[in-house]
Amino acid sequence: MTAHAWEQLAAIVAIVAIAAPPLGFYLARVFGDGPAPGDRIFGPVERAIYRIVGVDPDHEQRWNVYAMSLLAFSVASVVVLYAMQRLQGHLPLDPTGAHSIDPALSFNTAVSFVTNTNWQNYAGESTMSIFTSMVGLAVQNFVSAAVGITVAIALVRGLTRDGARTIGNFWVDLIRATTRVLLPIALVAAIVFVSQGVIQTFAAPVHAHTITGATQVIPGGPVASQESIKMLGTNGGGYFGANSAHPFENPNGVTNLLQIVLMLLIPFALTFTFGRLAKDRRQGFVLAAAMFLIWFAAAFALTSFESAGNPRLTSRGVDQSMSVGRVGGNMEGKETRFGAAGSGLFGATSTGTSTGAVNASHDSFTAAGGAVPLVAMMLGEISPGGVGAGLYGILIFALLAVFIAGLMVGRTPEYLGKKIQAAEMKLVVLYILVTPLVILAFTALSVAFAGPRSAILNHGPHGLTEVTYAFTSAANNNGSAFGGLSTNTTWYNTTLGIAMLLGRFMLIIPVLAIAGSLARKKRVPVNAGTFPTGTPLFTGLLVGVIVIMVGLTFFPVLALGPIVERLGG
Amino acid sequence: MLRRQLIPALRAVIVLTVLTGVLYPLAVTGIARVAFPARADRSLVRVDGKVVGSRLIGQPFTGPEWFHPRPSAAGDGYDAMASGASNLGPTNPAFLRTVEDRVAAYRAENGLGPDVAVPVDAVTASASGLDPDISLRNATLQAPRVARARHLQAAVVLGLVARNTHGPALGFLGERRVDVLGLNLALQRVR
Repeated sequence: MTAHAWEQLAAIVAIVAIAAPPLGFYLARVFGDGPAPGDRIFGPVERAIYRIVGVDPDHEQRWNVYAMSLLAFSVASVVVLYAMQRLQGHLPLDPTGAHSIDPALSFNTAVSFVTNTNWQNYAGESTMSIFTSMVGLAVQNFVSAAVGITVAIALVRGLTRDGARTIGNFWVDLIRATTRVLLPIALVAAIVFVSQGVIQTFAAPVHAHTITGATQVIPGGPVASQESIKMLGTNGGGYFGANSAHPFENPNGVTNLLQIVLMLLIPFALTFTFGRLAKDRRQGFVLAAAMFLIWFAAAFALTSFESAGNPRLTSRGVDQSMSVGRVGGNMEGKETRFGAAGSGLFGATSTGTSTGAVNASHDSFTAAGGAVPLVAMMLGEISPGGVGAGLYGILIFALLAVFIAGLMVGRTPEYLGKKIQAAEMKLVVLYILVTPLVILAFTALSVAFAGPRSAILNHGPHGLTEVTYAFTSAANNNGSAFGGLSTNTTWYNTTLGIAMLLGRFMLIIPVLAIAGSLARKKRVPVNAGTFPTGTPLFTGLLVGVIVIMVGLTFFPVLALGPIVERLGG
Repeated sequence: MLRRQLIPALRAVIVLTVLTGVLYPLAVTGIARVAFPARADRSLVRVDGKVVGSRLIGQPFTGPEWFHPRPSAAGDGYDAMASGASNLGPTNPAFLRTVEDRVAAYRAENGLGPDVAVPVDAVTASASGLDPDISLRNATLQAPRVARARHLQAAVVLGLVARNTHGPALGFLGERRVDVLGLNLALQRVR
């Protein structure tokens, strides 16, 4: 990494380190029992919303009712978004004359945005009307992130309550996450984006007559308002096909830095929320430290690999060196204004946070570089993971870590004074097995049949990586792609849609079940045999457990993909 | 139990749609239009009142009298309605052949010997296909050709390159780069 890359990395770390703790403490008050800042402003609005929705905010739910509310909300969201795309040609705000969308793609996109994945089998500028983007897709950018927060908060309540039957009210958590957290931050970030050149207009495409006598059609759209929540909610769905590489979405180094910070902000903040609600801030620190270590390793590795360039180009007379005035490294699929540093830091963050936004073509990363975002996703999106999903994901790994520590010393494991027993461990194992099973099964099927195999752009080991990447991204609700794979087909629209649904709800339901089971338990006092979970040792154990789990599961497919490609010269 | 939850669910989707899908983007649009009208409306560049492009969106330029942008995979090249990358893998033989051809063409165009290494940005396609910038090294290598074609002193052209070179914000956010449309507009004004 160059000095320049280190400076950007240091700036990101500094801003997140300053902003995440206060935001986390604010979140603890928003989702805690007492009054919260801004009650006077938000209170009346929220009470009006509860009346319209028809829910009693003071009525708490058991875990299964909480889960049902969440599922019902997600079903309703998929139905509305699906209908909006199918009817797009008949809806307003369509200056580009976008047509209604076919059933397979509508299904895939509806599921994709509701599950916080934002996998895109289409290019926004040619397929989506302003109406669908703004009133459909961007709405899910808010509420799917809010749903992630509700699950994380429910799990924290399960861990911290003592002999309780309920874990909160889904509707209250959903609405408070939207109004008090996502909307205010997104509004401010959107205005900052516009100040830097991100567009926000309802105008039709403008026909520019260039100085060489050609015509260039330049699209419009309410991009800034979607861009801010796309990053803050770790969604990642681009208004345009090029996503955060598009100059109208991410025009310069300042917006690039802000986008990276927005992705990291809430996932790290939630670890401080956890520490506050657990009344032991070290418990939050150790999780944040584990998240940070993995994120840092990925950011460093990806930036280094991409800065080193593509050795096959050097021998063909290409200058990939970096210095003042030279933009070096592997520049295929990268923007000049970001270079290898801005692209590497962004790519590692986007895949470590389940955002899946891209400011560079991941398919064109070097063989070793392309493995970094792939592995970041395979780790289960915990570095620092999606909004809410990162915290509940790493808490599940924490339960696994204390279980393994318990096995080593032969005692019943405990976490925050709760005994972790067979019921919880079965659910933890379910959580951990679903994603790899979905990824490996669908990848194997896709490369076994000629039809899905013909979607590959870059053949050989790189082609296997394209397919593996697609299902890893979908099942982990990331949304980034090795874009060479042509996935707007019935096979991929369907299988990727199923992968996204399983990867979202087959994880959320076990998490809520664990929350319900833990909430009922009485806290046991700390004794000499309790494995301490607030120490650097636990961070080390946690990182070790995550890396070994993933290594054992995915090493064979990584060996056949990026490792063979890298060793091939 | 799921069915009983569907009515509040549907109502919640509608209320939250009004809030985050209508009121919020309208608020952003309103503020943007007042505070940053030109930037919100695509940073359009006008010459004699007519739109000639956007400051942020690259354009195709060919011919020896213009500075050339990077190769583009957006449509047939710099199609702003079809942004995107080539997605070609680093070991793909087709990609490597394309780069070889671009290296040869770049050397021929700019009168460079076979031992001159060609700047990487000049022979690789960007992620958006709409990259408005090139590296300073790339612009410097193109400058003598442009000066010859326009019968200008090389120093004049290099001066324009310097004036259209943008450093990273705050000295470290992003890369040093040359704005191709701005540079070509400046060239045209010289004539």
